[in-house]
Amino acid sequence: MIRLRDITRVYATGETAVHALSGVSLDIGRGEFVAIRGQSGSGKSTLMNIIGLLDRPSSGEYALGGRDVARLSEDARARLRGGAFGFVFQSYNLLPRMTALEQVELPLIYQGTPDRRRRAAEALVRVGLHDRIAHRPTELSGGEQQRVAIARSLVVDPLVLLADEPTGALDTATGRDLMTLLTGLVEQQGLTVVLVTHEAEVAAYARRAVRMRDGRVVKDSDAPVAAGSAR
Amino acid sequence: MSALDAFRTALRAIVANRLRSALTSLGLVIGVSSVIVLIAVGQGTQRGVTDRIRGLGTDLVFVEPSAEATTSQTGSLAGLAQSTLVQSDATAIAVNGIPGVAAVAAQVAVDAQAVAGPENVGVGIVATSSAYAEVRDLEIRSGSFLTAVHDEDRALVAVLGARVSETLYPGLDPVGQEVRLSFVGGRITLAFTVVGVLEEQGGASEANDQVFIPLSGVANRLRVLFTPTGDLRVTQIDIQTESGADEERVKEDVGNLLLFLHDTPEPDFVIQSQDDLISAATEVSNTLSILLGSIAGISLLVGGIGVMNIMLVSVTERTREIGIRRAVGATAGDIVKQFVTEALTLSLFGGVVGIALGIGGSLALDGRELGGQAMTTLIQPQSIAAAFLVAAVVGFASGSYPAYRATTLDPIAALRNE
Repeated sequence: MIRLRDITRVYATGETAVHALSGVSLDIGRGEFVAIRGQSGSGKSTLMNIIGLLDRPSSGEYALGGRDVARLSEDARARLRGGAFGFVFQSYNLLPRMTALEQVELPLIYQGTPDRRRRAAEALVRVGLHDRIAHRPTELSGGEQQRVAIARSLVVDPLVLLADEPTGALDTATGRDLMTLLTGLVEQQGLTVVLVTHEAEVAAYARRAVRMRDGRVVKDSDAPVAAGSAR
Repeated sequence: MSALDAFRTALRAIVANRLRSALTSLGLVIGVSSVIVLIAVGQGTQRGVTDRIRGLGTDLVFVEPSAEATTSQTGSLAGLAQSTLVQSDATAIAVNGIPGVAAVAAQVAVDAQAVAGPENVGVGIVATSSAYAEVRDLEIRSGSFLTAVHDEDRALVAVLGARVSETLYPGLDPVGQEVRLSFVGGRITLAFTVVGVLEEQGGASEANDQVFIPLSGVANRLRVLFTPTGDLRVTQIDIQTESGADEERVKEDVGNLLLFLHDTPEPDFVIQSQDDLISAATEVSNTLSILLGSIAGISLLVGGIGVMNIMLVSVTERTREIGIRRAVGATAGDIVKQFVTEALTLSLFGGVVGIALGIGGSLALDGRELGGQAMTTLIQPQSIAAAFLVAAVVGFASGSYPAYRATTLDPIAALRNE
């Protein structure tokens, strides 16, 4: 479903060019649960941003469901991002002052989906927050806030859920509960999850581990295509 | 993102920052309302002045001594001594058969103190002839105006303006009563018999505060009125033209006659029609309106800058919100729409409140005394439309630039922003 070929991402910072990604090729299929691991600066977050269409590769090919998306216009990427991906961040990234229901409705507003309230409520039920619908972020625990963020990414029925250190701000027990929730979504509902983390314990929930270093994939536990070798 | 959703989002942001939103709108509220009020005051003043000039009568042409001839002492006898107009000028205009002239009345205007029993009041004395009522379209409430017989007999009789009568004889009909008028700071006091009272004159007509006496009657008692040749000095000659007459032509003919009579190459008098006075007054009050309007316009501009400032701050503050919205599928256009809608809503809200306040304020000021003068306000629909339009443009402009800034944000950096 996701097919990356020879992806590079170069940041021009002043006179020196920083190679965040230097030739990444990766295939992720439907229903997979992939953990991308690596030290900070290994390029794992950049890779996730490129997969999620938040960022654009400097070169290389990216096909999503057979469609070339590397050279889409800014607006087309925004629409596709909202419909095909759900993001879960370490810092939750909820909007202050909005109730859980309103947070979850947000992606539907931009997709122009009808029946938003009902769908948002259903998504909150799926993450076990049916009794927190009218709560605002300040009235929710960290774990609950992260579940709202997951509900927000589930509500559009995304192709892929992208999670960047989702347990980073949570205590161990809450982190475990959250990973159990994600695992359940993959196993019971066929969701595709790409998880970025540097914690081995968290990565262990995934069925496949991709290790990155210095902008390259150095190890792939389950390489269906020629991962690591360019072309 | 539909327009309704954009509006809801904007409303949510506005309500979330109630105090800040209110303060932001306040600049526009003040700007818009002051534009409406000040223009209403300017236009009302103009209307008041033109009404007063129209209230002098209809089809009038006024002859006055030229500016060099009169000193600043209008209303005083000393000023009168320098007048270049004489009563025989008026007679000449009346009897020379100038086409278009219907009636002529010469007058001497002086200030005096009117006393009746315990009451006394400062009045403007108009010493004139029986023709004055016709020239000025004055209506009598009680008794009669000065008559030809009074002129002939040099009678010491007086006709009171409505307000003078009410002050000196509250609730009474003064006809037949005696009123004493003292001139020149009390050095000359004469007793007059009241023969009539005027109907209350509309608008801010000065006739309400005047007392009318026969010029022939006071002439002998006020020596200063006489010229060396035995003519009577007057301060003004009023000419009523036949309706439909060419006033410019009348002015020219009267001017030529007076030049001949005064035997001067350069006129020592000024001839003005009511229309001349109205257009002069309109010019002054238009300048006033423009001045008031510009001051209000500046406050509106400052209000607009306030909105822009707040929107810029708001974009900076909400960088992360913008990042989140981008991440969940908002296009750059959606973000622009959100911020422009927010600024527009704020501005239009300010505009509507400002219009309401402006109309309310104008109505409240209408008829109020300010510095001893009744104020008239005239609300201009154009000023309401213009103020509203400016508010809308301000909203659009002050939303657009911050919104553009918002779209240049890199969503990834925006998300990392704490």
